[in-house]
Amino acid sequence: MSSLSATIQDVFNAAGCPKNANKSEAERKKGCTKQLQPGGAAGGCSFDGAKIALQPFTDVAHLVHGPIACEGNSWDNRGSASSGPDLWRTSFTTDMNEIDVVFGGEKRLYKAIKEIIERYDPPAIFVYQTCVPAMIGDDINAVCKIAAAKFGKPVIPVNSPGFVGSKNLGNKLAGEALLEYVIGTQEPDYITPYDINLIGEYNLSGELWQIKPLLDEIGIRILSCISGDGKYHEAACSHRARAAMMVCSRAMINVATRMKERYGIPFFEGSFYGIQDTSEALRKIARMLIERGAPRHLMECTEAVVAREEAKAWAAIERFRPRFAGKKVLLVTGGVKSWSVVAALQEAGLEIVGTSVKKSTSDDKQRIQQLMGHDAHMIEDLTPREMYKMLREAKADIMLSGGKSQFVALKAAVPWLDINQERCHAYMGYVGIVKLMEEIDKALYNPMWDQLRMPAPWDVTEVTRHAKALGPMEVPVAGGRPNSVGAEKAARAKRTHSCSTVDFSIINDRIPAHGSNAPDAMAHDTEASAACMRRTEENTPAQPTSALQAAE
Amino acid sequence: MAIVTCSDKACTINPLKMSQPIGGSFAFLGLRGAMPLLHGPQGCTSFGLTLFVRHFKEAVPLQTTAMSEVSTVLGGYENVEQAILNIYKRVKPEIIGINSTGVTETKGDDVEAFIRLIRQNHPHLKKFPLVYVSTPDFKDAFQDGWEKTVARMVEVLVDSVDAAAPRDSLRVNVLPGCHLTPGDLDELRTIFEDFGIRPSFLPDISGSLDGHIPDEFTQTTIGGIGVDEIATMGQAAWTIAIGAQMRRAAEAMQARTGVPFRLFERLCGLVPNDEFITFLSDISGKSVPKRYRRQRGQLADAMLDTHFHIAGRKLAIGAEPDLLFDISSVLYEMGAQVTAAVTTTASPVLERVKAKEVVIGDLGDLEDLAKARQCDLLISHSHGRQAAARLDIPFYRAGFPIFDRLGAGHRMSVGYRGTRELIFDLANLIIADREDNRQPTPATWRTVGAGLHVVPPQLN
Repeated sequence: MSSLSATIQDVFNAAGCPKNANKSEAERKKGCTKQLQPGGAAGGCSFDGAKIALQPFTDVAHLVHGPIACEGNSWDNRGSASSGPDLWRTSFTTDMNEIDVVFGGEKRLYKAIKEIIERYDPPAIFVYQTCVPAMIGDDINAVCKIAAAKFGKPVIPVNSPGFVGSKNLGNKLAGEALLEYVIGTQEPDYITPYDINLIGEYNLSGELWQIKPLLDEIGIRILSCISGDGKYHEAACSHRARAAMMVCSRAMINVATRMKERYGIPFFEGSFYGIQDTSEALRKIARMLIERGAPRHLMECTEAVVAREEAKAWAAIERFRPRFAGKKVLLVTGGVKSWSVVAALQEAGLEIVGTSVKKSTSDDKQRIQQLMGHDAHMIEDLTPREMYKMLREAKADIMLSGGKSQFVALKAAVPWLDINQERCHAYMGYVGIVKLMEEIDKALYNPMWDQLRMPAPWDVTEVTRHAKALGPMEVPVAGGRPNSVGAEKAARAKRTHSCSTVDFSIINDRIPAHGSNAPDAMAHDTEASAACMRRTEENTPAQPTSALQAAE
Repeated sequence: MAIVTCSDKACTINPLKMSQPIGGSFAFLGLRGAMPLLHGPQGCTSFGLTLFVRHFKEAVPLQTTAMSEVSTVLGGYENVEQAILNIYKRVKPEIIGINSTGVTETKGDDVEAFIRLIRQNHPHLKKFPLVYVSTPDFKDAFQDGWEKTVARMVEVLVDSVDAAAPRDSLRVNVLPGCHLTPGDLDELRTIFEDFGIRPSFLPDISGSLDGHIPDEFTQTTIGGIGVDEIATMGQAAWTIAIGAQMRRAAEAMQARTGVPFRLFERLCGLVPNDEFITFLSDISGKSVPKRYRRQRGQLADAMLDTHFHIAGRKLAIGAEPDLLFDISSVLYEMGAQVTAAVTTTASPVLERVKAKEVVIGDLGDLEDLAKARQCDLLISHSHGRQAAARLDIPFYRAGFPIFDRLGAGHRMSVGYRGTRELIFDLANLIIADREDNRQPTPATWRTVGAGLHVVPPQLN
């Protein structure tokens, strides 16, 4: 464990990490392991983060050492695409049992590695450490070392048990594993002055392939993509690249900075979301390669491709502008997407009413400020209840977020679009941004919303009748005397809060009949549950306003 | 009688099994105003949450005690206490259900003692319903988590009753297994009500995970059975348990309240439903309503129509024990052969699966067996789709999780009507597969082993 904590310290001291640069000396020592709040936390763990970062390597076997929960509950839940091998889609786990917990799981792990090599013979195996084996002291580094020597194959330990911290930390720990065991261990067949690395691009829904043809056309070779559609050999050779782009993510900044230190590969952080960002990224890649010795005409090629693609994309987006005028977007996502998507949306004329910056760095926030001017509605942390309220009050016409918060929008009958990892469409590059606009348009203008927002016809009549009859008067509490016939009828028909079978008329009739007025006695008489009765009492005074709201 | 064997691989390939704690959380999701809480690092919760959301396409309340490295070593009392206080304050639940995980079980946290201490230190929580169930990840499976949690709910939440006290003759407790869907529970409710019987489902996921738009926003479960109703379950005349996994909870109910129980190991198929309907008629004193006489006839006719397609099929089924028993039995009764059967955990019903052998293993085992024994239909949860594609055989999704098709919560396999839907769906799948992929060509007559070949009947 001591080596793991040393690695974590290292990760936090990474030179390029803006989060750390802004901290005092004392704070920096504490690292970034912000204590998660019990009972108020959500999101993945470090193991999750490490697996996300490395799983897109398509030709290696990913073996999870731990009880069934870690892999059995989570496998097959991300849509990275592969242009060839599909071993990454096969799930491997040691599924530790009670005996392993008592006597240690190292033997089982070794046997599992052996079985995988015998049956699948992958170019490498990644072994992921999880909480339980970390607790009982399984030394996966040692097992991997022995297995690698015995089978003559890279077996790479990824030390990232869930309890050490957040998903983001896990991304970085995955990067550490690459730096320590993979990068620089093999040599490419040949090298060119046009070789680049993409770092932190996972090829979700095949997004990488919206960029790759452009690079191909310009004449730039992706020597290695870490890790989307990646192969082990490419990653092992990635130290021979001339430049690197860190794609839209601080997840693996340690990989980029360390490769700069070790191999002198310059890098920049860029985004392929949005037209201008894509062009900017392509130009920067070309510029960096030229600075490192590529011929100057590379820039001309780049400019030609950029000009052509931009023109096509602008023309395609133009048709959405009138349809998007005055439409408001709520953006609930983390990190860089909070700004890289903002730029894209603004290009199509959408207004952004808020963007969450929970996982953003101060740099990210500055960019948002730049993009959105003084109106930047940066939301630190939005609870589902607040989110629901915002949407219900029509402060936004559409919400873009990850899958976990989708139902907050959908249940408020507000259009929603997935822009996180489980999405089905690729939104990168010039083609992707047009696709994103198409999807937003489809969501906003779906005729379904009008029907969905209408209350059931019987609700309308009941509520208006109720409201009309009552006027400004208070709703009669059980036992009270309503003044008009209509009001009485409406009040009597009203269901109690959560018992669908008991309405006020039952309660009203039973009280004089039995003379009971305590909730428990009433519950007994009416066969409603006592808790319902109590709720009814609590809720009754508030009902007229909520009923009227519902009618509006 | 099937021989139950255990896979002896060190490496699980493509797990069929999911972990026990989230099976427990699933049960808590069937209570009204509930917040299930996993005592462990936050990843345990996050993975479970994603799984439920992908299956039900619903917002799912699930919380974590967010154990860190340090709190894991020092013990999780403070995390449990904080989690309960935070949840109590923020989301105002009616009940908090706690399941342990592999990490906290390895450490050995005594959560029952934690709860006593928390009640002592925070008097406002003295009467607040907190149910804790021990569910280590490194033992058992999803179904066991559900089984243990429901049994514990009965022990903690049901008021004990004097065995001699009068009972409500038309009230029954229903203890459904985790293989039943919200759609199944809805169907059962209708059947009970048609007999004039008032059922209390424990747990009741039909109210909480049935995909509806609620009137107001809450961060706990919406719908489900209330704690108050559970408390009174001792007054019912009968307990009906569905699935062998529910025996434990039914026995707990009987021990606590004296309510007799009847266990139906499955409610899919003609004969089990005949027994079920007869039983309801007996206990309610009502003759079988016309609707069920009609539905029985329709099922019989559906069996006639579909048996042409289902009979002779060599099935590969991967499912948790009760679901495996359920589906394989009905298809065996339709003339199919259960050729490869894989399950997740031990259960008394496994020996009675109509197959030569049942393997406790993974989808890798199922794929190998299906290939070796030339199965021509694969049934499992959505994770089996890759194996079916590689084997090039039709694939029927059953169980949990079904994340790549919609409407998983509304699928139905109980009652005459549910059985009818199931066999129609399956037969249609087979027909579509034959039309799309297995049209004979002149060449197939010449190829040995392809096209039409006769399989000698296999006796079990």
